[in-house]
Amino acid sequence: MVCALGIEGSANKIGIGIIRDGEVLANVRRTYITPPGEGFLPKETAKHHREAILGLVKSSLKEAQLEPSDLDVICYTKGPGMAPPLLVGAIVARTLSLLWEIPLLGVNHCIGHIEMGRLITGAQNPIVLYVSGGNTQVIAYSNKRYRIFGETIDIAVGNCLDRFARIIKLSNDPSPGYNIEQLAKSSNRYIKLPYVVKGMDVSFSGILSYIEDLAEPGKRQNKKKKTLDEEVTNYSQADLCYSLQETIFAMLVEITERAMAHCESNEVLIVGGVGCNERLQEMMRIMCEERGGKLFATDERYCIDNGLMIAHAGAEMFRSGTRMPFDESFITQRFRTDEVLVSWRDD
Amino acid sequence: MSLQILKQGAEGRVYLGDFKGKACLIKERFVKKYRHPELDTQITRQRMKAEAKASERCQAAGILAPRILHSDLNTHKLYMEYFDAAKTAKQFIQEVVLTQAEDAAKKSLLEFCTRIGNIIWKMHKNHIIHGDLTTSNILIKPEGGNYNIILIDFGLSHYSQATEDKGVDLYVLERALLSTHSEQPYLFEHILGTYRNESGPGVITKFEEVRARGRKRTMIG
Repeated sequence: MVCALGIEGSANKIGIGIIRDGEVLANVRRTYITPPGEGFLPKETAKHHREAILGLVKSSLKEAQLEPSDLDVICYTKGPGMAPPLLVGAIVARTLSLLWEIPLLGVNHCIGHIEMGRLITGAQNPIVLYVSGGNTQVIAYSNKRYRIFGETIDIAVGNCLDRFARIIKLSNDPSPGYNIEQLAKSSNRYIKLPYVVKGMDVSFSGILSYIEDLAEPGKRQNKKKKTLDEEVTNYSQADLCYSLQETIFAMLVEITERAMAHCESNEVLIVGGVGCNERLQEMMRIMCEERGGKLFATDERYCIDNGLMIAHAGAEMFRSGTRMPFDESFITQRFRTDEVLVSWRDD
Repeated sequence: MSLQILKQGAEGRVYLGDFKGKACLIKERFVKKYRHPELDTQITRQRMKAEAKASERCQAAGILAPRILHSDLNTHKLYMEYFDAAKTAKQFIQEVVLTQAEDAAKKSLLEFCTRIGNIIWKMHKNHIIHGDLTTSNILIKPEGGNYNIILIDFGLSHYSQATEDKGVDLYVLERALLSTHSEQPYLFEHILGTYRNESGPGVITKFEEVRARGRKRTMIG
């Protein structure tokens, strides 16, 4: 039996989770929300995390009704992510490990998402679509690695949505993506946007620049766009949100379907913050039904970054014998999903 | 007319039929219900046109690709030349590895890679960007004691002179080779080597830039 506490703080969420053999004991989280039109910056985000983390550790133990001595391992996000917020989690994890004399384990953030999704949905060996503010990857498991089949060649899908929300000054509360989703519901007017699939990969930066021009005509002095600008003015924000979602989600569903055909798999699991978008889930479900496949998705408690996923993935690693010497308890901003040896899966 | 289904892929199905009494391949694209009808029509048409155009350009450049006999945008069907007894490069590589001794296998695969490298260079020299270079989209057709190499599936292709697009094309191939033929890591290196000898440094430098971009993609979230 492994009882693990996980600390996640790679982006603007700081979360603590406690899990015992797949049983969720606590999952608490705080989000650093910036004013409309602004993104979160590393320094300020780290400050937010520093102020919140100790209270969260206390409340998670209280919620789980555990004493520190009941824990077997303390897990933290080793990367990928922004360095200053990651450091907050790592320093607290190290301190607690020494204070309570409990082993320490660094966990890959992406692996945390995948394992959490598998635990909650019960999906066995799905094609994983991992979509968030910093990552866009289509992943398939083979031979002890989560292999990346397709990914974005520039910005992540969540980053594209967040930045668009900033341009049209949408609120960041609870998240920019959620507000785009709600606004999109009030339109069904499709505006043609670039659709960029390259092999198994996708690209979003061109779409973002294009829709920026539509949202703020005249801001960029581009003579070529002049004719375009004149007809642009009557697009509403809702139309733009709707069309953006329809276009980029169609790209994601397409590459996921191609990975399914390639790997002869009929299960899809969506994880990551963008994964709780219901329109994306709906499109993916239709695609799966057409192929006789099945979709697995989770809600915001598990989709959006949380401490529980780090605790769970760490517990799996710990159970299969992975240990980490204390002097390796650093963080790294770049840490690819396929770098991790998946020691806990035998298939 | 009974039609024999040859392959059911992610985007459509391919079956054997006839066109004006001659055996041909029919490629039908599905309507995708998950995407907006307007977007779906736009994508389907764009890809059918791309396929027909690229095929024509390849013929002109002396690259083997299926001749398009007829296209029907309303039923989403492309009628094209059928290559009898051809197999995919994916099957070919797996067969060579299984049936030949290690050294002999490597030798034939390297020879194969030289030819692929040359074909891709020829294609790029004519500014044809394939858009989906994988070993499933390259056919091998035995001819006498040797074989011909045929490129297929030009749905994602376009015409471009930009080194960026050519670099991305090579990057797509590298990724496909890494995921499907991870046991033979030398394949892509050799293809790239041949390509470099022909093309000089321009596209290769761009390719390395694209590759570095891809590798960095382990960011926050």
